[in-house]
Amino acid sequence: MNSASAYITGSCIIRHNRIYLNGALLWEADQELELQEFLRAGYDRFSGQYPKFHKMDALSKLGWLAAEVLLKDAGVKLLPPEKVGMVLSNRSASLDTDLRYYSTVKDIASPALFVYTLANIVMGEICIRHGFKGENTFFVSDTFDTELMSTYPAQLLAVTPLQACLCGWVEVMEQQYEVALFLIENKQSEMGQPLTGAALSSLYQPE
Amino acid sequence: MADLKAQIIEQLNLQEVAPESIGNDQSLFSKEGLGLDSIDALELIVLLQQHYNLRIANPEQGPQIFQSVRTMATYITANQTVQA
Amino acid sequence: MSEKVWIAGGGVISGIGLNLQACLQAFRHMQPGMTAMQHLSSVHRNTFPVAEVKADNATLADMARMPENISRTALLSMIAAREAWQSTGLGDVSNYRVGFVSGNTVGGMDKTEDFFAEFLADPRKGRLQQVLHHECGSITELVADAMGIRHHVSTISTACSSAANALMYGSRLIRNNIVDVVIAGGTDALTRFTLNGFNTLMILDQQACRPFDDTRTGLNLGEGAGYVVLVSDSLAAQLQPWCRLSGFANANDAYHQTASSPEGTGNYLAMKGALDMSGLQPAQIAYINLHGTGTQNNDVSEGIAINRLFAPHFPPMSSTKSFTGHTLGASGGIEAVFSALSVKEGIIYPNARFEHQMKELPFAPATAYTEGNELLHVMSNSFGFGGNCSSLVFSKA
Repeated sequence: MNSASAYITGSCIIRHNRIYLNGALLWEADQELELQEFLRAGYDRFSGQYPKFHKMDALSKLGWLAAEVLLKDAGVKLLPPEKVGMVLSNRSASLDTDLRYYSTVKDIASPALFVYTLANIVMGEICIRHGFKGENTFFVSDTFDTELMSTYPAQLLAVTPLQACLCGWVEVMEQQYEVALFLIENKQSEMGQPLTGAALSSLYQPE
Repeated sequence: MADLKAQIIEQLNLQEVAPESIGNDQSLFSKEGLGLDSIDALELIVLLQQHYNLRIANPEQGPQIFQSVRTMATYITANQTVQA
Repeated sequence: MSEKVWIAGGGVISGIGLNLQACLQAFRHMQPGMTAMQHLSSVHRNTFPVAEVKADNATLADMARMPENISRTALLSMIAAREAWQSTGLGDVSNYRVGFVSGNTVGGMDKTEDFFAEFLADPRKGRLQQVLHHECGSITELVADAMGIRHHVSTISTACSSAANALMYGSRLIRNNIVDVVIAGGTDALTRFTLNGFNTLMILDQQACRPFDDTRTGLNLGEGAGYVVLVSDSLAAQLQPWCRLSGFANANDAYHQTASSPEGTGNYLAMKGALDMSGLQPAQIAYINLHGTGTQNNDVSEGIAINRLFAPHFPPMSSTKSFTGHTLGASGGIEAVFSALSVKEGIIYPNARFEHQMKELPFAPATAYTEGNELLHVMSNSFGFGGNCSSLVFSKA
């Protein structure tokens, strides 16, 4: 798929209780924190004032927090809402929450948990937060497919009305988690670099 | 009603709300009130079942019962039979 | 590079038939698929009617030519995908660059449930093999392997619009010359997991559902799979394609995790975007296959969005979920096949059990089955939780 004029204008990686913004370590939490504690600490550090965060499942919290960090000063929020889309992927879909929900069924099943038993709800939460109304897709694949994540968003910018697209990987299964969220735009910025699979790979594995 | 407020906060995961900050007659669902949504309403139905053994089969009863902490308490008192 | 993408065939298995022709018969004879549960074991057996595929796993495994112990989701997928392929007359899969793009939401949850039931009773007994195929992606891989598809395999998981999004992605794979043929659609088996979940949301009807009826009180769950076969211009020239996938769009409603916005913003944007891509005016659409779940919320939001886009000329429209139930991740695929066939055969499907006009809307769904109509352009809507709204347009040429 052609990749005419698509640029990576920002990245946010979350792993091992650390948050990296545009390749640099932005914040490191206590390594002893469990995932939910880490997420709460990250919310307090980078956001607050969004009580619905506490109701989200771990997958949504992870994606939401990465978007919060990545989009803090991004001009993309000034674009018309239907011009911003999203293409995310992961390995375990919503399995982490599926199992949590399943364990409530034998008592009284929880509607608040059930609504998160779909992989794409994380995209819904990010859209609700930032008002984005463009095209969304969620792929399930074994590993972070940098080829897919470079060619498909590039094509969306080329052939659809989208002018910007969040793309990447949001995975969680119990305490194992990893987020790699990228902002892709059809305009170059000072920090930006052309969108290629290799560029995504090098940002994904900064060391 | 203080117990009920604590239960609501726990059930709905309202981590940044203190029980005493919820007024007895404050609207639970309006934006000016607690700003709860349709999923919260379903969780309140679960709460009534779990803590008070009250079943609401028809979700259309929800808005009336869940107007405020006071209307919830009134409903509980009126419908609760002998506690086992 | 293929300018246009064509529908060369399709296959469906659902609660109203084990193949597409059987489904059509059910529409002709007004025989919806909702009954008391036969195959799923649940405490809700006598409470909620469902549209189950009328065959046990042994029968399905036989039809699919796959082992009986794999997930029902994969068996349904295999049966419909193979029917779709065979309907095209393309012959041997290995002669083409073929992609398989499939949506689903439950993965192998049916097997996981069995595992948990045994595991909770006795942790030494639960069979781990049952969880191996849980992930949504492995269902797609299983079927692709069995079909001999190697060029491109993807799984999409965007709730009830998964399969519609699979068609969008598949179409782009062809336009960009990655592959020449894509089997695109979705699959989902009925599970206790989804049944209990939708029950907690209080949106299951205890009677047969009544989409777009003023007295509607919820949806009925269904199961099944549906796939179309998308082909490039050059392959279409050698075949007699059913129709063309002329437009599509997806938008996010950005309103709530599960509820549609009152004004149906995402629904409107998806339908408008699909029309724009196909270069059509609303008045050119000759039939709409509605998302039409039968919940209070969906039908009023979808209806208001249709009113905004189409007024004052409303095409015939209907929800085939009034027959198949809501098949979740499969629904967009099943309804894409129905819609593509609608263009080919001029079929307008009936909306079962419609009696009472919705007071919010100036139009009513079609209630009778007709065929041989001149339908140049047909729209199919699929809206999912997470605000994920898709709309597809199929055109005669």
